[in-house]
Amino acid sequence: MQLFPVRLTDARATRRGKTLVGPVDLVLGGQGTTVVIGPNGAGKTTFLRMLHGTARLGSGRIDWHCGTEEARHHQCFVFQQPVMLRRTVLQNLVYPLRLRGVARAEAEARARDWAAKVGLSEMLDRQAPVLSGGERQKLALARAMITAPQLLFLDEPCASLDGRAMREIEEHLQEARAAGMRLILSTHDMGQARRLADEVLFLLHGKVHEHAPAEHFFTHPATAQARAFLNGDIVE
Amino acid sequence: MVDIWSGLAQAFWLVITLDAELVEIALRSLQVTLSALVIASLIALPLAALLAVRRFRLRRTVIALLNALMGLPPVVVGLIVYVFLSRSGPFGVLGLLFTPTAMIIAQVIIIVPLIASVAHQSIRDLWQEYHDLLISMNVTQGQKIRTLLWDSRRALLTASLAGFGRAIGEVGAIMIVGGNIDHATRVLTTAIALETGKGNFALALALGFVLIGLAIAVNLAIHALGQTEREGRW
Repeated sequence: MQLFPVRLTDARATRRGKTLVGPVDLVLGGQGTTVVIGPNGAGKTTFLRMLHGTARLGSGRIDWHCGTEEARHHQCFVFQQPVMLRRTVLQNLVYPLRLRGVARAEAEARARDWAAKVGLSEMLDRQAPVLSGGERQKLALARAMITAPQLLFLDEPCASLDGRAMREIEEHLQEARAAGMRLILSTHDMGQARRLADEVLFLLHGKVHEHAPAEHFFTHPATAQARAFLNGDIVE
Repeated sequence: MVDIWSGLAQAFWLVITLDAELVEIALRSLQVTLSALVIASLIALPLAALLAVRRFRLRRTVIALLNALMGLPPVVVGLIVYVFLSRSGPFGVLGLLFTPTAMIIAQVIIIVPLIASVAHQSIRDLWQEYHDLLISMNVTQGQKIRTLLWDSRRALLTASLAGFGRAIGEVGAIMIVGGNIDHATRVLTTAIALETGKGNFALALALGFVLIGLAIAVNLAIHALGQTEREGRW
């Protein structure tokens, strides 16, 4: 099943008649990591949600290579504030597999493997909502990756995490990328963007101001706003 | 005051000696109320979950109606059920009037809005918390409802217990549709009403204390089985 390329044509995310993001005309290919950056209120989260299908597409089109319905089955989303099911860590990991009809024994075995990968083996029986911020984010990441999606959206996955937790999350993302998973993530952290990005989408006022390979964007940003943003200036 | 002490002593004695009539009435009370509770919960809890996750045109009206029906007067419910089950009514042919089944039907009607309304508040809060995750996981409506019901089960237990409390203490409706027939439809509340009418206050109080004890015991048992109030659990 091939998700990419995905083509956005005059796509707008709207709420109560107001355009939050768009119009966006864009084609995203199927390799590597796309990092979405931009100042607060630029529409990064809404852009990710629109692409994922959880924000209302007011007008325009988003065409996945395999079709929208099929594409939804092969992608996952990790939220900035990870949502924990009111269950144990193990049950949180088992949940998406059970939804897909995986037998309980196999689901638990895979859940234990993933818990070990992200360093949560000792916490399998703990209630997920009482975990620390870093642990919750790792659990959310493992829960998203356990179904081996082709595409993973991450909305500021390391916001409010300390350096060590951030490094661990980034290592998992690098591994996933190396294994062929397509990543689209938003971040405020330019260091993280430089470490992870293969291509960059710079958003401003709900519009894509720049879409460029990471190396090119960070060395030769095409617009004055992108240059100002990279310099740490206030962009309006 | 003398009646209260006398009632307490009599209640103690009735329980200690396992008075046959008391046991029969108490067991019937439990049978009717627990049956009504199970049926009402099977209707009310999925309904509450559906109202939380499903958007339809009259949703707000249905929720408002459900809240309003929490205060449904039991006597009126009893009367309506009576009309439906009486010989000349649409379901008269079933011969259910003055049977425990009629009492269960009345109790179900009384407690469904209460359980659904209380449950809806809890499930709605949980749905707000889970909304983005479950939508992003592309879950079906059925999977959403099952997830919400399971993860809010402890709060739902409280909703059901509120229904149990209302049903076990119910007298007006079940008096009308049950008829308080000895060895057939007499339960603790109707027996209390009968003894009070006869001026037998001490026995009425004794039965009242047994009723309170029964309600507390069932609540504690369900809480213990549901493992509520355990640290770190919901």
